[in-house]
Amino acid sequence: MTVFIIRRLMQTAVVLAVMSLLVFVGVFAIGDPTAILVSPDSDQIERDRAIAALGLDKPLWEQYLYFLYGAFRGDLGKSFVFNMPALQLIMQRLPATLELAFAALVIALVAGIPLGMYAGYRPESPVSKTIMAGSILGFSLPTFWVGLMMIMVFAVQLGWLPSTGRGQVGTIFGITTSLVTLDGLAHVLLPAVNLALLKLSLVCRLARAGMRENLLMDYVKFARAKGLSARRVVLVHVFKNILIPLVTVTGLELGNLIAFSVVTETVFAWPGMGKLIIDSINNLDRPVIVAYLLVTVSMFVFINLAVDILYSILDPRVRLAEAKG
Amino acid sequence: MATILPNTALESVPVAPVETPWRRFVTDFMASPLAIVGLIMLVAIIAIALVAPLISPQNPYDLNQLDILDGNLKPGSKAGPGYTFWLGSDDQGRDMLSGIFYGLRISLGVGVMSSVLALALGLSVGLLAAYTGGRVEGFLMRVVDIQLSFPAILVALILLAVLGEGTWKVIAALVTVQWAYYARTVRGTALVERRKEYIEAALCLGLSHRRVMFRHLLPNCLPPLIVVATVQVAHAIALEATLSFLGIGLPITSPSLGLLIANGFEYLLSGKYWISFFPGVALLLTIVSINLVGDQLRDVLNPRLQK
Amino acid sequence: MPDPTLRVENLVTAFHTRNGTLRAVDGVSFEVGRGKVLGLVGESGSGKSVTGFSIMGLVDPPGRIDGGRILFQGRDLVGLPEEEMRALRGSRIAMIFQDPMMTLNPVLRIDTQMIEAVKAHHPAIGDDEARSRARDALAQVGIPSPEARLKAYPHQFSGGMRQRVAIATALLNKPDLIIADEPTTALDVTIQGQILFEVQKLCRQTGTALIWITHDLSVVASLADEICVMYAGKIVEQGSVDDVLDRPTHPYTHGLLRSVPSANPRGQPLRQIPGMTPSLLSLPSGCAFRLRCERATGECVQVPEMTAPMAGRRVRCFHPLLSTVPV
Repeated sequence: MTVFIIRRLMQTAVVLAVMSLLVFVGVFAIGDPTAILVSPDSDQIERDRAIAALGLDKPLWEQYLYFLYGAFRGDLGKSFVFNMPALQLIMQRLPATLELAFAALVIALVAGIPLGMYAGYRPESPVSKTIMAGSILGFSLPTFWVGLMMIMVFAVQLGWLPSTGRGQVGTIFGITTSLVTLDGLAHVLLPAVNLALLKLSLVCRLARAGMRENLLMDYVKFARAKGLSARRVVLVHVFKNILIPLVTVTGLELGNLIAFSVVTETVFAWPGMGKLIIDSINNLDRPVIVAYLLVTVSMFVFINLAVDILYSILDPRVRLAEAKG
Repeated sequence: MATILPNTALESVPVAPVETPWRRFVTDFMASPLAIVGLIMLVAIIAIALVAPLISPQNPYDLNQLDILDGNLKPGSKAGPGYTFWLGSDDQGRDMLSGIFYGLRISLGVGVMSSVLALALGLSVGLLAAYTGGRVEGFLMRVVDIQLSFPAILVALILLAVLGEGTWKVIAALVTVQWAYYARTVRGTALVERRKEYIEAALCLGLSHRRVMFRHLLPNCLPPLIVVATVQVAHAIALEATLSFLGIGLPITSPSLGLLIANGFEYLLSGKYWISFFPGVALLLTIVSINLVGDQLRDVLNPRLQK
Repeated sequence: MPDPTLRVENLVTAFHTRNGTLRAVDGVSFEVGRGKVLGLVGESGSGKSVTGFSIMGLVDPPGRIDGGRILFQGRDLVGLPEEEMRALRGSRIAMIFQDPMMTLNPVLRIDTQMIEAVKAHHPAIGDDEARSRARDALAQVGIPSPEARLKAYPHQFSGGMRQRVAIATALLNKPDLIIADEPTTALDVTIQGQILFEVQKLCRQTGTALIWITHDLSVVASLADEICVMYAGKIVEQGSVDDVLDRPTHPYTHGLLRSVPSANPRGQPLRQIPGMTPSLLSLPSGCAFRLRCERATGECVQVPEMTAPMAGRRVRCFHPLLSTVPV
């Protein structure tokens, strides 16, 4: 197990190095940030001074080495626009994004698993067919457009919920989050539901497929032959087997939710790092783009690693078979 | 004795049409009313996209046909030139219906084009990996795994941040996002098929590797590939719309459905819903119809669920 | 005469599929008494497993019991409400399945799977009591250090051990009837022998009736008292095990016995039954076996009835082999 984790960590380092190089070169090949930062009427001297201040006059490889050196000290450069360390900027925005993704994941699981299990248990019933038709719809709904429609209905027409921003935050267990205040919850509800919709269908389908496949297994028939109630067969025997693929996928989807929050944050003006990256792309704020990328990539790799470990805990066959690459 | 038996057998068996694989496929597919609805919708949408200039009341991108005085009209309003804005008009006085017809062309075109390119790339990589095995396979599949561990939207976002705006750049980003799915599917199926006896038989007959790969292996890998391809076209269309909405996708000169929706965003809060609403419905119907068809294809082509 | 443990009368179980109705079990009748072993023999698809599932009330749609009676200790199980049926399953009637690799839930520990079987029928029993019953049952089927094994997961057992666990689970509530659906087919011959021995011993000791479903005549020969040979959903021959195996009267039974390798003199080509098992969807009219039968005549396009050509023997054939020498 330890060998497995060490090997995965090494692979992570390689991925990070390759990504940083690719992105650094790529990002620096485009646009000219001085065009945005320096006013058009400024003269050549002023322009040169700005370029020197940003280190843009040095050759690209030197800039990269300088960047790498900084990266190891946790310094990913300064945002051109906000004039503050890029990493700090991202870390400032990270909690809002995590909070949104977490809320969405919980909504997707709590609603999706029961719906999917029911649809798999009674595939011919009208309710199940409605659930499945709904899940196709959920798969197909473009997130951003649903977000707009939710704003239109619940914020503009009905006026029930706020449409933008994060609302009041509170502190619990030392974590600052908007999930503990009423105002915060009101603000997070629309974006979280919006973000959850896509994954809701996925969870629902996975649960249904798992249910259908497991119901055909001999162990289900044997469990029924023992005289167990249908309730116990489904809620204990089948559920535990469905859980394995669900946990794997859920873990991977948490990363996906964080990435997809780019869209939701833009729609609902949610002050997370997704909105930050879109603004930075539009402003050609290179250090922020690069820092965002590296932070996200590292986050992903660690989520994947955590999922692998969790998976081996849930499935005793994997746990004992000893992980291989 | 023996001559009598076949006769009695013939009498007792009703004459049924020969069940060819294709006929079986069509029957199975048509078993779901939902899938039929999806197929009809999809055909209609493709038809509209193909003939958009012929059936649109207005060419929404010919400035001579636009009148700013017709801007932001409600659905059903009469336009200056004498026709009706059935779905309203945008701030430029552009007929939304015509805008949607033209937008469908662009959205479908970009989606299909990127999927076809990704299919070609993924198919080649997947077959190559499955057929060569060893180090080449290990390397290619590692690349696929790593790429797939990142969400599509993130990969596309980064690429577009790096590449900048432009139709071909969006297509390139969409291909990058998709190819790995095809590669993995093809390789997975090919590996299973490769071990089957008919491949061994073909090799024993002395057929060339290329012939075995393309005439024997490939056709048997097709069913799952078709399913993946259908789903991927829908994904590509949705992703392009999302990117365009975020302002990092198609340029203003190629107004896809995503751009139309983004265009209506700022008017939404003042109650002018139609500018964003109707292009969204068109986008939704397109994706739903593709997914309905894809879903049924999956059920029909999946040997595990066949009874 | 007291009721036998199980008496099946004219059972019909059919699968109503899109392609037509399959009568997997078509008018089957037999009975098993206390402490007796009935061998249900047939090729795959002959309906022997479906017969077992019908008795358990575990035939899933599109399958359905369409007729007949299943009298368990005098009480008809056909049409019994699900809750009453559930109370019988695993308590009075237990079943053991073919593939020991598949019958135990891979993600639940053995103790969980055994204790729940006790508590499903005796809610009042505490965990400790249920656990000690599970331990005793494991010891009974010859599993060493049962206490430690209770904490294991199924994949930590070999195939033979898993089947013993399954059998122990079936025995937990001391059932009156056990249906064993090819439980030794997937095991090595030596382990098969051990399990046969243990099961037989248990039945004799406790008076449990046993239905042993198999395609393997040699297993039945050493185990069963009575034998029913099934072909295409019908019983074609029925009688005491020694009689039927020594002097088969139905051409199918005869063919089956001749195709057992050990029954053939060395060096002679193995006899086989020509043709293949027919699909239930396209059964020939009349006797289902007639197209493969060397004794078939024009008469066989009629459906043969069960006849009793000799005492204690029933056969479904127009041309039974009555005077032939033993195989």
